Amino acid sequence: MENKEKKQTRRKFFFKTATAAIGAISTAGIVTQSCKKKVEEGETVSLLSPDGTLVEVDKANISMAKMPAQGKEARAGIPNKKFVMVIDLARCRNARKCVTNCQKMHDLEPGDEWIKVFLMQDSNDTAPYWFPKPCFHCNQPPCVKVCPVGATYKRTDGLVLVDNERCIGCKFCMTACPYSSRVFQWKDPVHENQADHDYSPETSVPHKVGTVGKCDFCPDMARMGKLPTCVTGCPNGVIFFGDKNEDIVTNGTESFRFSELVYERAGYHFMAELGTEPNVYYLPPVDRLFDYKTGFKTLTNEQKEFYKKSIVKKH
Amino acid sequence: MDLDQKSTRTLNYFVPQMVTISKSGILQLSILILFIMGGFYALYIQIVDGHIVTGMRDNVVWGLYIANFIFFIGISYAGALISGILHLLRVEWRHPIIRIAEIITIISTIIGPAYILLCMGRLDRLHHLVLYGRIQSPIIWDVLAISTYLIGSIIFLYLATIRDLAALRDYPFKSKWRHTLYKFFAVNFNGNSKQNRYLERGLNIMSAIIIPLAVLVHSVLAWIFGMTLRPGWHSTIFAPYFVVAAVFSGTGVLIIALWVFRKYYHLESYITKIHFNYLGIILMILGALYAYFTFSEYLTSWYGSETWEMEVLYKLFDPHEYWWWFFFAAIVGVVVPILVILIPQFRSINSITAVSVIAVFALWVKRYLIIIPTLETPLLPLQDMRPEYIHYTPTAIEWLLTFAGVAMFCFLFFLFSKFLPIVSVVKGEEGTNYAELRKTVMQRIIKRT
Ligand code: SF4
Ligand code: SF4
Repeated sequence: MENKEKKQTRRKFFFKTATAAIGAISTAGIVTQSCKKKVEEGETVSLLSPDGTLVEVDKANISMAKMPAQGKEARAGIPNKKFVMVIDLARCRNARKCVTNCQKMHDLEPGDEWIKVFLMQDSNDTAPYWFPKPCFHCNQPPCVKVCPVGATYKRTDGLVLVDNERCIGCKFCMTACPYSSRVFQWKDPVHENQADHDYSPETSVPHKVGTVGKCDFCPDMARMGKLPTCVTGCPNGVIFFGDKNEDIVTNGTESFRFSELVYERAGYHFMAELGTEPNVYYLPPVDRLFDYKTGFKTLTNEQKEFYKKSIVKKH
Repeated sequence: MDLDQKSTRTLNYFVPQMVTISKSGILQLSILILFIMGGFYALYIQIVDGHIVTGMRDNVVWGLYIANFIFFIGISYAGALISGILHLLRVEWRHPIIRIAEIITIISTIIGPAYILLCMGRLDRLHHLVLYGRIQSPIIWDVLAISTYLIGSIIFLYLATIRDLAALRDYPFKSKWRHTLYKFFAVNFNGNSKQNRYLERGLNIMSAIIIPLAVLVHSVLAWIFGMTLRPGWHSTIFAPYFVVAAVFSGTGVLIIALWVFRKYYHLESYITKIHFNYLGIILMILGALYAYFTFSEYLTSWYGSETWEMEVLYKLFDPHEYWWWFFFAAIVGVVVPILVILIPQFRSINSITAVSVIAVFALWVKRYLIIIPTLETPLLPLQDMRPEYIHYTPTAIEWLLTFAGVAMFCFLFFLFSKFLPIVSVVKGEEGTNYAELRKTVMQRIIKRT
C-alpha cells in the first residue's frame, strides 16, 4: 500500500535534452557489434542501456542497422523492440505540424492524412479537446485479421504494416479498422522526391495506385535512430514515442518511464471496449496548456465553421 | 432416344425459335450489346484512371459494386433453393420452371463476383489470392464458397439437362455444329433404365448438396459485413437475414423471368397461372419472414440505442437522407407484395409479376442501404473538408457498369435460350426409379447384415 502511494507521488524522470536524444537513439536500435574485429581505439559516445544506466561505447563498435528493411526482414520486425506511443491530450492545440510533417515525409496528397487531428467532445457538458490520431498498431488488429492475402501484417516489434506490393486493394481492412486509420490510393500517385526510393513497407513510399496506406510509426527512422516525424514535428511535445521493453518514451526533449507516465497520468486506450488493444495510449486532457479555441487560430474560416458543426452534431 | 408425344411436341415447338431470331429480337439484342459496350467503356476508364472515377472514397470504400454483388448472388437463389427444394420434394409443377431457375442461378453467380473484381483496386494481382491466401479472411471463405457453389450449380443444371441434350442430339438440325455440340454434351445418353437410375441418383445428391451450399454462400457473404466492428453490420442475425432476403429476391426474379418468357415465347400452355400462384405464395411467405428479420434487426438496435447504432438509424429515418428509400425498401417492398398475393381477388399473373418487380427493386435498394449509411458512419467523427469523402454519390461510371451487369444478365439468358429449350422437354420417370432406388439400397443393406 505504502509502496503504491509512493509510486503515485509525482516522480519525474526528467533527463536532459542531450541524454534524451541519445536515449532515443538507443531506443530506436543501434546495434553494438560484438568485438570480433580488432578496431582502433577512438572516440566514445554515451548510450542509454536498457536498464537505464549510461554507458560509454567506442564509436568504432557501433554500426547502424541496415535501413529500411526489405522482404522478410520487413515482415519480421526490429528484434527486441515493442514500440509504443503516448499522446498527451493536455498539450495539443491543433498546431497540425504532425499532420503536415507526416504528409511531407510520406509524400501524401493534401487531403490524405495518416495522422489526423479530430476535435472531440465527449458530452455536451464537457469541454472539447483536440485529438491527434495515428494508426494504433493494435495488438489484436481487426485489419490484419481480415486481409485475404496477408498484405497487412503484425510484426514482433508491435507494428502493423502494409505491403503495397502484395495488397490487392479489396479495402476490407478499411471497413474492418474501427479507427478510420487507413487511406486508399484512389489515383496514380504523384511522385515527387520518392521516385528514386526502393519500396519498403517500412517507408511506405512510393505509393501504388489501388492499394492501401497508413501510419507506419516510421520504422525506417527508428532504424536510423530517429524519432517518427510527427513526434519531432510537434512544437508542443504532445507525442511521445518509445520502446515498451526498455520502458522509455520521449518526445525529443523530455523522456519518461513509459509505465510510470501512463500510470500516474491515468493513460487510457481510445475505445478500449473494441478489444483491439492499441499500442497508442492517451493521457486525458486535464490541466490543459491551451484552451481548445487556440486550435482554431491556424484554421481558415471555412474550416472553423466545419469543425463547429461537426461537434454540435452529437446526440 | 425415344420421346413420348408430349416431349416431341415441346421439342418441335422450341427448335424453330432456337435457330432463328426475329427482327425485334435483333433490335433488343443490339440494345443489350450497346449497354454491355457501355460497361466495357466504363471499365476501361476505371482501369486507366484508377478508382478515383468512382464515387467511392476513404470512408465509403464500398459502393454500388458491392450492392450489386450481394444483389446478384441473392438472385442466384432462384435456382439453387427453389429448384433444389422442389426437386427433393418432387413437386410436380416444377418441371416447366426448373430450367429457367437454374439458368438464373448460373448467370447471376457469374455476374455477381464480377462486381467484386470491379471493386478491387488491383485487378492485376488477383493471383495473390492463390499465392498468399489466408484462410482467416472471410474474403477467402467467400471465394471458396462461391466457386464451389457455381460448380455445383453447373453440375446440377447439366444433370437436369442431359435428357434434353440427348433429344436435341437426335433432332435433325440443319447446322452440323449444333449436332456435334449436342452429341458431345449428351455423352451417349439414350434413356435406358440404368442410365435413368444413375441420373436420378445424381440429381438427388446434387440437389441435396446445393441447398446447404447456397445457404453457406450467402451466410459467408453476410459475415463479410457481420465480422466488422461497424454499426449496422455487426449483428448476429446477419447471415440468416441475408439468406432470407436472397431467397425472397430470387423468387421475385424467377417470377419476372417466367412472365417474360411466357410472353416472349408464347408458353401459355406450359407456364400457367398455377406456377405464378404457387411461386407467389412462396414469395409472400418469404416476404413475411424477411419483414420479421428486418423488424427484429432495427428494433433491437433502436431499443438498445448505442450511440453508433443510433447514428445509422437516424440517417435511415431522416427524410433528408435515406428515409424515403428505407420506407420503400423495408415497408413498401414487403407490404405490397404480401397484401396483393394474400387477397385472392388481387391475385393474377400480371399482379403477381408486378409485385415481384417491386420486391426485387426494393431488395436492391435495401442492399444499398445496408452498405452506404454504415460506411458513412465511422466511429470517429467525420471531419474531412472534402464533401465527397463524407457523402457517397455513385458516378456515371458505376451506373454504366451496373446497367451493363443487368444487360449482361439478359444477354446471357438470351444465349442460353438459343442452345437449350427454356422449358425442359423430356421428363424423367423418377417416380418409379425412386422406388427402385430405394429397393436396391434396401437390398444391399439386407445383404450386408
Ligand atoms: S488502428 Fe486500424 S489500421 Fe491501425 S492496427 Fe488498429 S485496426 Fe489496424
Ligand atoms: S486492401 Fe490490401 S491490405 Fe487491405 S485487406 Fe485488402 S489486400 Fe489486405
